[in-house]
Amino acid sequence: MSSPTERPVPDDSAPEQSAANIQRSTVSEGPNDQPFGIERRGMFGVAGSGDTSGFGGLVREPWTPPEATRPFGSYFDEVVDSLDAAYPALAEGVTKIVVDRGELTLHVAREHLIPIMTALRNDPSLRFELLSSVSGVDYYNPNDAATNRLHAVYHLTSMTYRRRIRVEVAVSVADPHIPSVVALYPTADWQERETFDMFGIVFDGHPALTRILMPDDWDGHPQRKDYPLGGIPVQYKGATIPPPDERRAYK
Amino acid sequence: MSQPTDTDSYAPSRQTTEGRVYNLSGGDWDSVVGSLGGDPLEEERLVLNMGPQHPSTHGVLRLVLELEGETVTDARVVIGYLHTGIEKNTEFRTWTQGVTFLTRADYLSPIFNETVYCLGVEKLLGIEVPERANLIRVMMMEINRLSSHWVWLATGGMELGALTAMTNGFRARERTLDILELVTGLRMNHAYVRPGGVAQDLPADYEEKIRAWIKEMREELHGVDKLLRGQTIWVNRLKDVGWIGVEGCLALGITGPLLRAAGLPWDIRKTEPYLGYETFDFEVPTDDRGDSWSRFVVRVAEMWESLKIVEQVLDRLAPGPTMVDDPKIAWPAKLSLGPDGMGNSLEHVQKIMNSSMESLIHHFKLVTEGFRVPPGQVYTAVESPRGELGAHVVSDGGTRPYRVHFREPSFINLQGTAAMSIGGMVADVIASVASIDPVMGGCDR
Repeated sequence: MSSPTERPVPDDSAPEQSAANIQRSTVSEGPNDQPFGIERRGMFGVAGSGDTSGFGGLVREPWTPPEATRPFGSYFDEVVDSLDAAYPALAEGVTKIVVDRGELTLHVAREHLIPIMTALRNDPSLRFELLSSVSGVDYYNPNDAATNRLHAVYHLTSMTYRRRIRVEVAVSVADPHIPSVVALYPTADWQERETFDMFGIVFDGHPALTRILMPDDWDGHPQRKDYPLGGIPVQYKGATIPPPDERRAYK
Repeated sequence: MSQPTDTDSYAPSRQTTEGRVYNLSGGDWDSVVGSLGGDPLEEERLVLNMGPQHPSTHGVLRLVLELEGETVTDARVVIGYLHTGIEKNTEFRTWTQGVTFLTRADYLSPIFNETVYCLGVEKLLGIEVPERANLIRVMMMEINRLSSHWVWLATGGMELGALTAMTNGFRARERTLDILELVTGLRMNHAYVRPGGVAQDLPADYEEKIRAWIKEMREELHGVDKLLRGQTIWVNRLKDVGWIGVEGCLALGITGPLLRAAGLPWDIRKTEPYLGYETFDFEVPTDDRGDSWSRFVVRVAEMWESLKIVEQVLDRLAPGPTMVDDPKIAWPAKLSLGPDGMGNSLEHVQKIMNSSMESLIHHFKLVTEGFRVPPGQVYTAVESPRGELGAHVVSDGGTRPYRVHFREPSFINLQGTAAMSIGGMVADVIASVASIDPVMGGCDR
């Protein structure tokens, strides 16, 4: 099948899938609100070119979504109130509430994920029957590897009330464990497998957490930000082609 | 796993922990069993591998079926054979270039992929798209819905042996692609919908041609009724096959025609309208059987409704801009048809090459570097021919997407294969998978 890439695949120090690790404690550590992206300077990623145009001095700050304050607007207050009533430990379970561009995001600590998702699905005033999407985002910061950079993002839809919310759980690469919601929402089966495949987030309690899109013997998790794009040895007359992110245009 | 232990060229066997396993790749069953001689088959448990190269699995889908006789006792779906890393690739291209990648995901509904992504980018940007551009998007999506459903009918028919359904379906689909080509220049992979609007305005003779196409499509749809609706074999192959109810659909996240065929009228165009769908007069067809036949009924009815929407768009289209009036987002060149195909208009090339240095710089910057999108994340959803197509778009404030995830209805709906197939006959697996209408390009991305 595939040949593992010859280039140094990012250190995947997370011990995965061994039974001992899946049973480990699920207490999260570190900050939950990861900035969007990292600070970038200049343009096109080129450094040391002697550029005197002034554009090289541009700084793009990392951005963290601000915490929302009441009233949240729209149906968001009602959702949060109902959830508060349905799950008393909400204050410690939800670490941050963000309202941005008309969408509600609940940042949830992973040990509270299952009871919160259960309440969201079962409570008559919430009724999020459909788990639309599970995916991951890697908020990678090369200067700070200890952060909770891996986010699992759940998009929930309430067909009864025609509402949508987003639930986000952040974990670190060293301890990428999140309880699986397959028992609550069977549709999460393949989606959690894809998130595991692409990001290396380990969903504890998933019935068969294996790779789904990449070949079974693949090394690394391709959608992580420190995993290079391309860079697979070309099997054609010994040709070597640098991975696109090492070509100048995509740096 | 041990090596083959005998040299029988028809049925080499090997000893495993579960007993003796024979590998077969064809031939007459009775003669194969007879040739096994003194090793009676205690149980005829057969593991059948279907695909990934199989004409009935809709591209590169692989099914591993466990059979007792002809009854399916277990079904596993193996995907990933068409994984092309589209989501990862978009992170290395500009926001506008993202369209050209995502259009190739579900290659039978490219306009939907483009639109849902552009809706996400526009929501992040906080911009309003001109009315005419939105109407064109709606019209193109509904035309695309027809072309997609025609392929479903054609391939589904072919898989069940209804070859006239295939020839008729592909004929109608080709006519539909002619319209898409007329407007976008390409039959598939259009990259026509762009953040801020659409790539170019409609051609001069669009109305006459699209109205002629609508007439033709209605005749084709009548043809489907005449050919298939009362056709005994077609009815018997589909009725009571591949059943899945509303509870099963919701648990497995199945949306689109499958959910509506089970009886829940959930259509995002009606329930969470986007692009002004609430202003159009159309019905959401449903059925209550939840089997492959219902899905046939629902999809054909949807095609009639899509034609109604296209007609309403044609009545409504008024002259106006098709791209947002913001030179920081809209590409400056107005495309025009030259002797070598569609490209930058001659006036624009003359302007940037001869008279305006600033225009040249602006064009260069916008095309090579792209525009910046304020940081944040959004989720947008549209009703694609296969169900809820969602885009989770994350920006870190740069000129490229930080993360784009597609909630692909093919990917999600295929999870229902086991529930639809187990307990049925092996031949009905084909009908069930065909009625899901998965597109592996979208499923594997």
